[in-house]
Amino acid sequence: MTTFTDPYSSSRETTEGTVFSVTGGDWNELVTEIGATKEERIVVNMGPQHPSTHGVLRLVLELEGETVTEVRCGIGYLHTGIEKNIEYRNWTQGVTFVTRMDYLSPLFNESAYCLATEKLLGITNDIPERASAIRVLMMELNRISSHMVALGTGALELGAITPMFFAFRERERVLDIFEMISGLRMNMAYIRPGGVQQDLPEGATQKIRETVKEMRKAFKDNATLLIGNSIWMKRTVGIGYLDLAGCTTLGITGPVLRSTGLPWDLRKTQPYCGYETYDFDVVTTDTCDVYGRFLIRMNELEQSLRIIEQACEKIDKLAGAPVMVADKKIAWPAQLAMGGDGLGNSLDHIREIMGTSMESLIHHFKLVTEGFRVPAGQVYAAVESPRGELGAHIVSDGGTRPYRMHFREPSFNNLQSTSAMCEGSMVADIIGAVASIDPVMGGVDR
Amino acid sequence: MFGTDGTGDTSGYGGLVRNAATTGSSERPYGSYFDDVADDLERAYPDFSDAIEGVVVDRGELTLHVKREKLIEVSKILRDSLKFEMCMGVSGVHYPEQSGRELHAVYPLLSITNNRRIRLEVSVPDSDAHIPSVVEVWAGNNWHERETFDMFGIIFDGHPGLTRILMPDDWQGHPQRKDYALGGIPVEYKGATIPAPDERRSYR
Repeated sequence: MTTFTDPYSSSRETTEGTVFSVTGGDWNELVTEIGATKEERIVVNMGPQHPSTHGVLRLVLELEGETVTEVRCGIGYLHTGIEKNIEYRNWTQGVTFVTRMDYLSPLFNESAYCLATEKLLGITNDIPERASAIRVLMMELNRISSHMVALGTGALELGAITPMFFAFRERERVLDIFEMISGLRMNMAYIRPGGVQQDLPEGATQKIRETVKEMRKAFKDNATLLIGNSIWMKRTVGIGYLDLAGCTTLGITGPVLRSTGLPWDLRKTQPYCGYETYDFDVVTTDTCDVYGRFLIRMNELEQSLRIIEQACEKIDKLAGAPVMVADKKIAWPAQLAMGGDGLGNSLDHIREIMGTSMESLIHHFKLVTEGFRVPAGQVYAAVESPRGELGAHIVSDGGTRPYRMHFREPSFNNLQSTSAMCEGSMVADIIGAVASIDPVMGGVDR
Repeated sequence: MFGTDGTGDTSGYGGLVRNAATTGSSERPYGSYFDDVADDLERAYPDFSDAIEGVVVDRGELTLHVKREKLIEVSKILRDSLKFEMCMGVSGVHYPEQSGRELHAVYPLLSITNNRRIRLEVSVPDSDAHIPSVVEVWAGNNWHERETFDMFGIIFDGHPGLTRILMPDDWQGHPQRKDYALGGIPVEYKGATIPAPDERRSYR
């Protein structure tokens, strides 16, 4: 054995055998050193800080040569205790927490949470149509931005850099729309129990229509870069195989399930927010592999654009309609408005509660500090997030705060399939397989 | 909606004692497809009345309260005969005041064939927090059961590797239980002290 003592790259003896640390740049020395050992079975820790594990995901690989014999995921590095924290916040504040779970699809988290809360309140049918249309609009925009990250980083991890630039350029356009509508690009807490936080600003649908046109053109760039590209095909076709039986027993939903040919999409099968009134197709492939999932995400972009156009039409038709439930005991009292120093409480509202109506002030104070009460019971509400079924199981004890909230995160569930997809494959194919699951660690760990 | 209950305390300060209300058992007809599910299960499973402690239909959702000894049997029949192919995980709930059944495990089931959803609920005492693992029925519940063990301390017997999943391996306690404090320290700001979230005065 060589005797170098680089503290960042060294070997040491443990009860489990010799442990080698690799930090890069020292590969040749390490290979010589490993070559001297008799062990054929090598256990490699990939991550949690690794550029291509899609976040702080730790993969424990057992290798025989370059073939992976066992894969185990180590998660929990991003656990933030959101489910516990939310038990100490009122129902409206809860939105601010759940939006931070799966940070690439905040609006889906908010929707699942709000749909569950509304089910508990029994006001599901009282949500104004305009609010539902805005939710659909925002969710589909979010699906595009999320798929863009999935495609961009997925391609980047497999060594294709240009698609990432194109994908993030399109994502920026969506984030600009989010900023225009809610004031924030991510974690916007825009969807609230009872409706949405505020109405669309003037000219929003027009701007969205223009962006849709630009995006439709730009999506072709990525498509022509990757679809049929021989290197891309070699890295994705037949990789990460998981068939329908595997998906159902592992509870896998979303693009991974649809890549087995099953058109299961909650927007069609169990519609919410009025999805039954939109005209769109459920995209499937039957290849069960990474390439199929990539194609599904690509084609879902176009379907989302179709839904966005229809939602814009609906929103324009419902101009002036409310975006919050009529029940004043639930609806947030304040409206936001753009002032000289940015977005803030509407001056009209401040004038009313501070200058003219004591009752409005009391109402505002009670609703903002105390919040509304939600009748006791438990519900489960699910939405089709970009990664699959995102379910919110919420228990209320009749108080002003959730008694227990649990999110059934598609990333968390789907990541379990890593072992099934990767064992027996090459190390390099793990990257493609994990990227095709598209786990977001913020959602996995919550 | 606003108002106080019980103490007449209008300060809004009600301490942090919280009791979750239980929803009682429902009577037939349950409505929707729930009668069909109950009928099918009764037909396919002769021990129905023995295994199912209660049937609750609330807010358009069906919950079957299952005895833990019968959970695996019921699960297999639900999967094979009633075509609930998917289990969407398990969520724990801690009701400290329900003595003898403090810990609940809630399993949302999904049938793709029939496009139906139901929910199983199993309750166990805190002193004997064992539930048979359904991983042999729905393999995808593996991580979900690990999470529920991690967060509530419910031990799923027969699980292939029941270890902590989100918290560090050497963590003490189970954070989602109601007797586990949220933690946090008071924060001082301009001379005033703001207590940690679970210590603040709060509305009941």
